[in-house]
Amino acid sequence: MSDARIPGAFLRPGTSSFSDFLAENAPDLLPARRSLPAGSAAELAPHGTTIVAATFPGGLVMAGDRRATMGNVIAQRDIEKVFPADEYSLVGIAGTAGLAVEMVRLFQVELEHYEKIEGTILSLDGKANRLSALIRANLGMAMQGLAVVPMFAGYDLDRGIGRIFGYDVTGGRHEELSFFSVGSGSLFARGAMKKLYRPDLSQDDAVRVCLQALYDAADDDSATGGPDLTRRIFPVVWVVTADGVQRLPDETLSTLADQMVDARMARPDGPVAPLPGSGEEPQA
Amino acid sequence: MSTPFYVSPEQLMKDRADFARKGIARGRSLAAVQYADGVLLVTENPSQALHKVSELYDRLAFAAVGRYNEFENLRIAGVRLADMRGYAYDRRDVTGRGLANAYAQTLGTIFSSGGEKPYEVEIFVAEVGETAADDQIYRLTYEGRVADEHGFAVMGGDADTVASYLKEHYTEGADLASALRVAVAALGHSADGGQVQDRVIPVEDLEVAVLDRTRVQPRKFRRILPARLDELLGERGPAQTAPAGHTSETPTDLPPTPGAGDGEPPVAPPV
Repeated sequence: MSDARIPGAFLRPGTSSFSDFLAENAPDLLPARRSLPAGSAAELAPHGTTIVAATFPGGLVMAGDRRATMGNVIAQRDIEKVFPADEYSLVGIAGTAGLAVEMVRLFQVELEHYEKIEGTILSLDGKANRLSALIRANLGMAMQGLAVVPMFAGYDLDRGIGRIFGYDVTGGRHEELSFFSVGSGSLFARGAMKKLYRPDLSQDDAVRVCLQALYDAADDDSATGGPDLTRRIFPVVWVVTADGVQRLPDETLSTLADQMVDARMARPDGPVAPLPGSGEEPQA
Repeated sequence: MSTPFYVSPEQLMKDRADFARKGIARGRSLAAVQYADGVLLVTENPSQALHKVSELYDRLAFAAVGRYNEFENLRIAGVRLADMRGYAYDRRDVTGRGLANAYAQTLGTIFSSGGEKPYEVEIFVAEVGETAADDQIYRLTYEGRVADEHGFAVMGGDADTVASYLKEHYTEGADLASALRVAVAALGHSADGGQVQDRVIPVEDLEVAVLDRTRVQPRKFRRILPARLDELLGERGPAQTAPAGHTSETPTDLPPTPGAGDGEPPVAPPV
């Protein structure tokens, strides 16, 4: 067709999903539509590691360490792995960093696109399901070692609470109402959060719990980075409440990290949880 | 084989333009006004669900008058174009000029192609920049003409009356409340046969949105809801809804619009 008008596909009413629109009209822009030669590609690209999240009454905190690794090499010291998905939700990524960042970008546009076309924002479950679909589309690459395992969390405007969603590589999702962690250091982070988390945490304490959990993950997992005191690189921490998402400023994190590291100078394993029945008073 | 009637190209284009103009004149006016912090878009629209003003991208807004189904298609195409470009390149690479060009080409092609009915729409693409000098209002007409407007711009039914009121009362660099007051007064202004009859449009019938450069989020588009409008507009006297068929140019030779006694173009049912 020789006319210069906007192509018909753009003008056709129908889908309000940006990724569906791309799949039909520009499939090469989709991160998951790439064919790889056989074999594992796991060692080709940097991997991001640990993300933790914890809810508190009226919102939630998501934090990620800053390290990306390629095998035994630290590929990047200041990578950011927690992003706002829209004004009320966050997404944190673990797995192949390049693909994951692209998937987050697609997810962000997906949510904004729906909001603009439909004139209303998706429900939190709707957003979580869209992310499932994006992860599922990546399954082929995941099987060749390029897995992306994000964590999604947001403030549910209808219910007034923070909710966390975890995923597996097939796009299966499950909901966590208290705390959750993903990535290579997630087992150690989860252990720490089990002992430190309480449902009535304040926002500041929820941030402290997340930082402690990341420290413990970095302590035992070589692919997770702890607070870098010499370069002043600290975990990325985002908070979401009824007012929307907000990134904590570096000054706040620097103070919190210094306090935590000072306490660890005296007790390298971190705060002690109370031990019921032992008659011993817990230490701070 | 019978010879078709000869119609001169001038007459053909004139007929098509008249047709489009009539359709547009049936709707109410929409005003875009530059103020200190960005661009203000105001129109009279009793529907809360079917918008005439909406967000295109971070710094871009879309406003249209005329046939709802036609401009809604153009709006969706604009959102898709903008999102696709922003995703393939970078968010900063989505510009008002690019979208205005795409719309102009589309409207122009449809207008001059023989087989299609011309679109009965007029469009503003507004863009907010870092400073007031970088703000832009692109006006697109049914035949694909693009004009770059400064200060204020009006389209729709009583565009001339509203524009003449704005020309008298518009001040550059006004704050939001005063820019809004002038724009709303302009939309309520009418001068039938030299007799000035101004009415106060109720806040529920106003659709107002701004592109606000002071907003911290990258997306600068914000709707102003009736409660906030009431605060901004202050005391205005008793409100009057628009009289039926208030536009002076309501064509009599066209079939009446079903279910829209107020001269609005037909709209899709709310989903």
